[in-house]
Amino acid sequence: MESVLTVENLSISFTQYVKGLEKRELTVISELDLDLKKGEIVAIVGSSGSGKSLLAHAILGILPENATVEGKITYKGEELTEQRKKELRGKEICLIPQSVNYTDPLMKVGKFVQLSVSESKEEAKKRQRKVFEEYGLSKEVDDMYPFQLSGGMIRRVLVSTAAIADSQVIIADEPTPGLDEKALNETLKLFTDLRDKGCSIIMITHDIQAALKIADRIAIFYAGSTLEIANREDFCGNGEHLRHPYTKALWMALPENGFHTLTGSQPSPLQLPKGCLFSDRCHHCDEHCHVKRPDLESVHSGKVRCVKATIIHEHAHEHDGIIHTHKHVHNEGEEEHVS
Amino acid sequence: MNEQLKFIGKKVLRLILLLLAVCISTFVLMDLSPVDPMNAYIGGNAMKLTQEKREQIEEHWGLNDPMPVRFVKWGKSLLKGDFGTSLIYKRPVLEIIKEKFSASLVLMLIAWTLSGLLGYFLAMISGAYQGTLLDKGIKGYCYVLMSMPSFWLCLLLIIVFSVNLGWFPIALGTPIGVLSENVSIWDLAHHIVLPAITLSVIGIASITLHTRQKLVDVMSTDYVLFARARGQSTMSIIKNHGIRNTLMPFITLQFLSFSELFAGTVVAEQVFSYPGLGQATVEAGTKGDIPLLLGIVIFSTIFIFTGNLIADILYAVIDPRIKKGVQL
Repeated sequence: MESVLTVENLSISFTQYVKGLEKRELTVISELDLDLKKGEIVAIVGSSGSGKSLLAHAILGILPENATVEGKITYKGEELTEQRKKELRGKEICLIPQSVNYTDPLMKVGKFVQLSVSESKEEAKKRQRKVFEEYGLSKEVDDMYPFQLSGGMIRRVLVSTAAIADSQVIIADEPTPGLDEKALNETLKLFTDLRDKGCSIIMITHDIQAALKIADRIAIFYAGSTLEIANREDFCGNGEHLRHPYTKALWMALPENGFHTLTGSQPSPLQLPKGCLFSDRCHHCDEHCHVKRPDLESVHSGKVRCVKATIIHEHAHEHDGIIHTHKHVHNEGEEEHVS
Repeated sequence: MNEQLKFIGKKVLRLILLLLAVCISTFVLMDLSPVDPMNAYIGGNAMKLTQEKREQIEEHWGLNDPMPVRFVKWGKSLLKGDFGTSLIYKRPVLEIIKEKFSASLVLMLIAWTLSGLLGYFLAMISGAYQGTLLDKGIKGYCYVLMSMPSFWLCLLLIIVFSVNLGWFPIALGTPIGVLSENVSIWDLAHHIVLPAITLSVIGIASITLHTRQKLVDVMSTDYVLFARARGQSTMSIIKNHGIRNTLMPFITLQFLSFSELFAGTVVAEQVFSYPGLGQATVEAGTKGDIPLLLGIVIFSTIFIFTGNLIADILYAVIDPRIKKGVQL
């Protein structure tokens, strides 16, 4: 299927002043890739500081002024320049923000949602009422202030801001934290409904379970880069269909998969390793991994940034084994250690 | 309803305590001051007065009583609504305050409105174009004003606009040599312009700097970031979110500025010899006119207290979070 939005080799860096006038370039996103096809939901999963929100801000062109963006973002086959971003944001490309902080505390939510419509006031009012109706927000809610609404209602109000515009691409930034099971499922349903209407959705989250409920594909972010883009079906069993050791570790860390945790933490943007970003925590790491950053390569209808991916992938298939206890990756003919 | 009564009761009690404290301290300070009301009253004629006469007047004024007794005496007649007679003007205190207060009130009202409107406008421009030359210019202008003594600014304006350009009269509230019934509105307006401008210029700086900072804070919030993501221009962000979120602190500040306004009036009226309450205050102080001074102190306290009270109430009326959250 045709891609609506592609991000190639994106990097974002910030100019900082440390100790008076000494300038420093801090690269927080490097070699980030993503593509979004028409009518699909891609979830971006990663820990805090992996660059998820910055990607959203880069696509919308709302990064702070000291940020430098390199790489290429294409929308419907046309490069998304800053000028194009300005024209498209809030119209064809919409952001659904993450919390009540993104609403004006002194504005009635009805009016707040109407600001997404650029047509006449009457038209805006009509459309806002219609969207609220659909989302089960009664007429009284129009005249309420954000502080009077519950978490689930705020979520629906925020989703309304995108649903009311004729958006083609929706970027939802952390739409699920702090919601109970019922509110979570309701919110996820809002997204699948939007997809069924033809929207393509990027859902930024660190809740891998929520992502798996609705996403078609899942992109795994780590230290400002894409480590893997997997299909939803790949997340099953002991993660033998997953391509990157980090994704597998994430999967195995879920409570239902045994709570196997990984030691160490994501490297800081100031001390990125020269080779693979995950090398210092990887059980499969050897000298090849330290040479250079691996490219994002297609492996089994997904993409992965790991020189060992093919080997690990095949190996896991042969033995149905648990990979997290590997001492090293096997060479041909050698006995592997699976314990 | 009960809550409202409680609120009003508390405020009234506070006002009474405040008035009591202010009156006592004024009384004590005046008693300690080296100004002898007798000498100040008689002035150059002191030599001609016999000791006997002097003692008679002192007895008549009650200057021989100890201070607490005098205070209680004054307080008793005050409770009956008698503010006493001014020593300098030899007329009832209330009458003088009424006359002077209305002159000052016009001056203060003009200055207050002008500095509020202009200050807010400048703050919006400065905050919206944060970091630009325009912003720096406005900010610099405010800093200069803030650090300038107001009497000096008064003199500067007189030199430029009255002496050199001759646009406005140098001093006083009415033209010299014209009978008071012949003074036209135009004359009054002509005399009030320069003091009013001086007062508003002084007030603008703090309003602008405070409100600008508030707008800068608003512009860096998440909801403004989201407004940008929705494709809104800076102008429409100011219109939709900026004004909405800076108006309340601005209004509060504006009503809280009553005290500074009053202090500014005293200085401006003194320099411009404008016959208002400020000038009367200085005169009453330097000439030991305790009844007049206490009268002025009481009225200005109520005036400033009212300003603060309005700010308090407005907040509860305007802010939906207070209005709807707790039913006041």
